[in-house]
Amino acid sequence: MTFALLATLAKMGVWLAVLLQVTPIMVWVERRGSALIQDRLGPNRVGPLGLFQSLADAAKFFFKEDVIPHEVDRFLYLLAPLLAVVPALTTFVVIPFGPEIEVAGRSVPLLVADVDSGVLLLLALASLGVYSLVMAGYSSNNKYSLLGSVRASAQMISYELALTLSVVSVLVPVGSLRLDRVVEYQQQAEWLGFLPGFNIFPQILGFLVFLIAAFAETNRLPFDLPEAESELVAGYHTEYSSMKFALFFMGEYMSMATLSALGATLYLGGWYLPGLDYSGHWAWTAGLGLGVLLAKVALFLLFFVWVRWTFPRFRFDQLLRLGWKVLLPLALVNFVLVAAMTVAGWL
Amino acid sequence: MELAVFSVFALLAVVSAAVVVLHRNPVYSVMSLVVTLISLAALFVMLGAPLIAALLVLVYTGAILVLFLFVIMLLNVGREEPATGGAAQKWVAVASALMFGTILGTLLWGRHFGLASGPLDAEYARPLPLARVLLSEYLLPFEMVGLLLLAAVIAATVLARRSEPGGEPDGGGTAEGGR
Repeated sequence: MTFALLATLAKMGVWLAVLLQVTPIMVWVERRGSALIQDRLGPNRVGPLGLFQSLADAAKFFFKEDVIPHEVDRFLYLLAPLLAVVPALTTFVVIPFGPEIEVAGRSVPLLVADVDSGVLLLLALASLGVYSLVMAGYSSNNKYSLLGSVRASAQMISYELALTLSVVSVLVPVGSLRLDRVVEYQQQAEWLGFLPGFNIFPQILGFLVFLIAAFAETNRLPFDLPEAESELVAGYHTEYSSMKFALFFMGEYMSMATLSALGATLYLGGWYLPGLDYSGHWAWTAGLGLGVLLAKVALFLLFFVWVRWTFPRFRFDQLLRLGWKVLLPLALVNFVLVAAMTVAGWL
Repeated sequence: MELAVFSVFALLAVVSAAVVVLHRNPVYSVMSLVVTLISLAALFVMLGAPLIAALLVLVYTGAILVLFLFVIMLLNVGREEPATGGAAQKWVAVASALMFGTILGTLLWGRHFGLASGPLDAEYARPLPLARVLLSEYLLPFEMVGLLLLAAVIAATVLARRSEPGGEPDGGGTAEGGR
């Protein structure tokens, strides 16, 4: 009992350490990346290559005056930024970061919550993220905030369908809701004799739908309508300042990391990379698994940044039309294709 | 340990359910309903049924209640209006409460009188057995529920379409949503 508890706490500690680093690192990557794309320098004064800029920003957030506007609904106003972080922190419990390891004669699975309905649990927790946006918009007592949060909830509900359908298609040939089984499945298969058995190859259509829907789910730039500066000031977090604003920021980057980890696990083999030797001391196995998974997550995150500074913003009607009339049918087609291929025994 | 966790979530579920009914502001009611459902999900996890918990959160808090909130915010209902149903509504409320009580009583004590079978096999809380039963033994009811939902979607589309000529197409109240 105590051993299992300690192991679980250790695994949660690993994820917490990783997730809390995501935001400062991503802010730096985003600012330097945008500077690169726009032929500027970007922050390069604080520390080597400007790496400590995020630390300075974090310190600034802590020391800023904490303003609570007069006419807000205080309870919901203060609760909203907290709720922005909680779903993003909890969704990681079902993502595996290595094979089962042996520690002191006992086997430890390298995921926090070892449950049968892993993917469902992740989707359920992730779907709670919309509440913080809705609460922030409603409690701020500001029409820009309210419009921002109405847009956010409409957008997230619309794109959740396409996202979920593409996730379901991955699970069909695997035959399980467990993400560790999904990774196992991708280790066994091999496509055309030379490609690794990652799901991205047979399900490229599903992968594209997942990727586009992920942008809409995280309110990132081609689809950042909820916080379109030119129309809505800053959307749902217009009335937030100091650390409360920083929490929204953290929630946004952490949910990007979550969806990236889900995408990496579903389509790119998760912690597995062919040609690497995972055997050996348990710490090596766990470290290598985590390293490979994080490298794949980093690929996704870099893509998020690249797209953000490359594409202009959609109009809201275009966004909803894309979601309902293009992505949802495509996801359905992909689902039928995958199901047919599974029945035919090709997958 | 188990008792402590159970007490916390059970208390949370009951208190937040009371707030749903008693609070004057509909937004707070919906938010309390979210707390109720999440507490119930936690209780399901404690009963060894994470699948039911995940489905409960996914379907109800993740989708249905967001839409509730959406409607309340769009209509900008600040305070609860006095009920307009009158005496008829009161009787309907009493009847449905009695009906719910009967169902609950049958489930709790019915097996002493041979009215209901005992608790369901814990096996059915797992994805594979549940899916097997749903898609074989209960295939017809399962498909009929799907059909019912489809009919509801079509009906909603028809109702939304009808107001189109002449008036604003949809979401006319959105721009005036700010208070």
